[in-house]
Amino acid sequence: MPKRHPPIAATDRLSKAQTGIAGFDDITGGGLPAGRPSLICGSAGCGKSLFGIEFLVRGATQFGEPGVLMSFEESAADIRKNVSSLGFNIADLVAHRQLVIDHVSIERSEIEENGDYDLEGLFIRLGHAIDSIGAKRVVLDTLEALFSSMNNQAIIRAELRRLFAWLKARGMTTVITGERGEGSMTRQGLEEYVSDCVVLLDHRVIGQISTRRLRIVKYRGSTHGANEYPFLIDTKGISVLPLSSASMNYSVSNDRVPTGIPELDEMLSGKGFYRGSTIMLSGTAGTGKSSVAASFAHSTCSRGGRCMYFSFEESEAQILRNMRSIGLDLAPHVRAGLLQFHATRPTVHGLEMHLVQLHRLVDEFKPAVVILDPVTNLASAGSIVESNNMLIRLVDFLRKRGTTAFFISLAGGGNVPEATEEGMSSIVDTWLLLRDIEFGGERNRGLYVLKSRGMAHSNQVREFLITSKGLRLVPTYLGSTGVLTGSARLIQEANDAAQATSLSEEVERKQLVLDYRRQAVEAQIEALRAGFEAESKEFGRVLANHQSKTDQILTDRLATAKSRHAGLAKKQRGPR
Amino acid sequence: MNKKTIRTTVRKRPRAVREVQWNFRLYVAGQTTKSITAFANLKQICEQHLRGRYRIKVIDLTTAPQLAQEDQIVALPTLIRQLPVPVRRVIGDLSNAERVLIGLDLSPPPATPHPRSSE
Repeated sequence: MPKRHPPIAATDRLSKAQTGIAGFDDITGGGLPAGRPSLICGSAGCGKSLFGIEFLVRGATQFGEPGVLMSFEESAADIRKNVSSLGFNIADLVAHRQLVIDHVSIERSEIEENGDYDLEGLFIRLGHAIDSIGAKRVVLDTLEALFSSMNNQAIIRAELRRLFAWLKARGMTTVITGERGEGSMTRQGLEEYVSDCVVLLDHRVIGQISTRRLRIVKYRGSTHGANEYPFLIDTKGISVLPLSSASMNYSVSNDRVPTGIPELDEMLSGKGFYRGSTIMLSGTAGTGKSSVAASFAHSTCSRGGRCMYFSFEESEAQILRNMRSIGLDLAPHVRAGLLQFHATRPTVHGLEMHLVQLHRLVDEFKPAVVILDPVTNLASAGSIVESNNMLIRLVDFLRKRGTTAFFISLAGGGNVPEATEEGMSSIVDTWLLLRDIEFGGERNRGLYVLKSRGMAHSNQVREFLITSKGLRLVPTYLGSTGVLTGSARLIQEANDAAQATSLSEEVERKQLVLDYRRQAVEAQIEALRAGFEAESKEFGRVLANHQSKTDQILTDRLATAKSRHAGLAKKQRGPR
Repeated sequence: MNKKTIRTTVRKRPRAVREVQWNFRLYVAGQTTKSITAFANLKQICEQHLRGRYRIKVIDLTTAPQLAQEDQIVALPTLIRQLPVPVRRVIGDLSNAERVLIGLDLSPPPATPHPRSSE
């Protein structure tokens, strides 16, 4: 007999307090454990204090939960200054009784220890601060300062244990920050006391590029993402990138988006790309990759869609100028707010940071099309494998949003164009290849569709022309002499045209001859017919003559016979 | 500043102890064993060394919790010597009388049975 379990009561379930920190609530499934202490540890400068402050500020502003910040290191004035650059108005929150900052300063030199003591003063202080604003959140930053300012470690340890139990009993969602120690999470082993949730922040420098990472070491009673997640500290606070949440179950669209080049649309079964698909355009230097991208951006914006252009090589002004020279004026779209450029050097920060930034910008702008020009450069901010991973994550993220992604890949001279460095070939849906065709002392561009999932696409290499009036694709000359492009194609086409002309002249001449002959034949026929008619007329006359003669003879004979009264009725013979 | 002035200051100190008014604040949280012990120990030391020249103010933080933040109190009991300046702090129940004297920079009078051996 299957035994049915009664549903778990709501009070037994672990409730979570949202931090409001972008991405963090996703990887923890809702935030930090509500009413319990959590430990945030990491080395100096990893952002743990900021994590605590953002937790309080967002709690107060977004979730209506006032908070207390007990700082053991920085004064309230310092904190106010430090976080004002992140747009957090601490003074305002304090004035509105949403936040209390208590700076605990213990001057080691001023204090003499004598006999037994406890930390009840800290409890009273904290209790008073909590009660004064009805706080729900507490941040203790950095509690370990106590260990360096007092001698009796045994007392401190016992008191901390009591403090965490007390905070838990009061139902405070608490963040405790701790300095990373050698061989342990924290220098003073705080993780022993805080057993519900431990988050480790890390700040690593690889190849002179720094990346911040966050890992949830432990989360009692809850599932959580176990990976190391890159995070970013910028003008809007912390954002964590939930990489593992990028799953592959996304819906697909049957809508098509024009490419901006009518001939290219034609090549893609007449309609263009699928909306939300991933397109890669690869080619060697100077094949016009950016122009194709700009043309796609232009077409998107002209239809009222939003487009975000990430450039890792050229600045916005440079792109605008260059595209104007081929008849693509992108400036009005920028002014209309439909087109956004983000030009950064790939080496400015690590790949993860790029990814986090892309996420954030895409989340904010919500573009229909995202262009990355070129993705190959990202490898310079990390290894090829890493940049590959990053792009896969980006593709998943964009597909999930239904955003059309257009990647430009710069193929090296000696490379096989069918195998890009990024190993992206299997990820992309549509792959366009631009290549140089060198023939007859000139270099021309050829474009073809290497693959395009889910549509009948052309297999024809087209010649790609960049003109002052935009981009054009013309069919290359495919004849007995092979594929011809550029002036060779033009010459061949002229030859063909001349040949065609001479052929048609020949036909015309033969036609004339034939016409003449027909006329001649017809004239002959006419003459013969006229002769024949004359003859038959003559014959009629002869016949009539003969008749009248015969009649005359008969009349004469009858008259003769009458005159002679001969019996003529028996003898009816003609005259001899 | 030469060495001489420093030496004279040191010599003058016992006289200053005799003349200056001593103000103490003892922070406690209710009538706990520790707070009672601390008060008793302080009282005894003061009677012994500063008779008639001291004042002890006991502050119970359970009734005035806001003072914990204002006066930067963490551990209890805390004894603060407000006068004479500089301000000195001692935390604990003051069970070691000799250390209290050192901690408060309170030199014993010449007649004391304890010599200033620890200096």
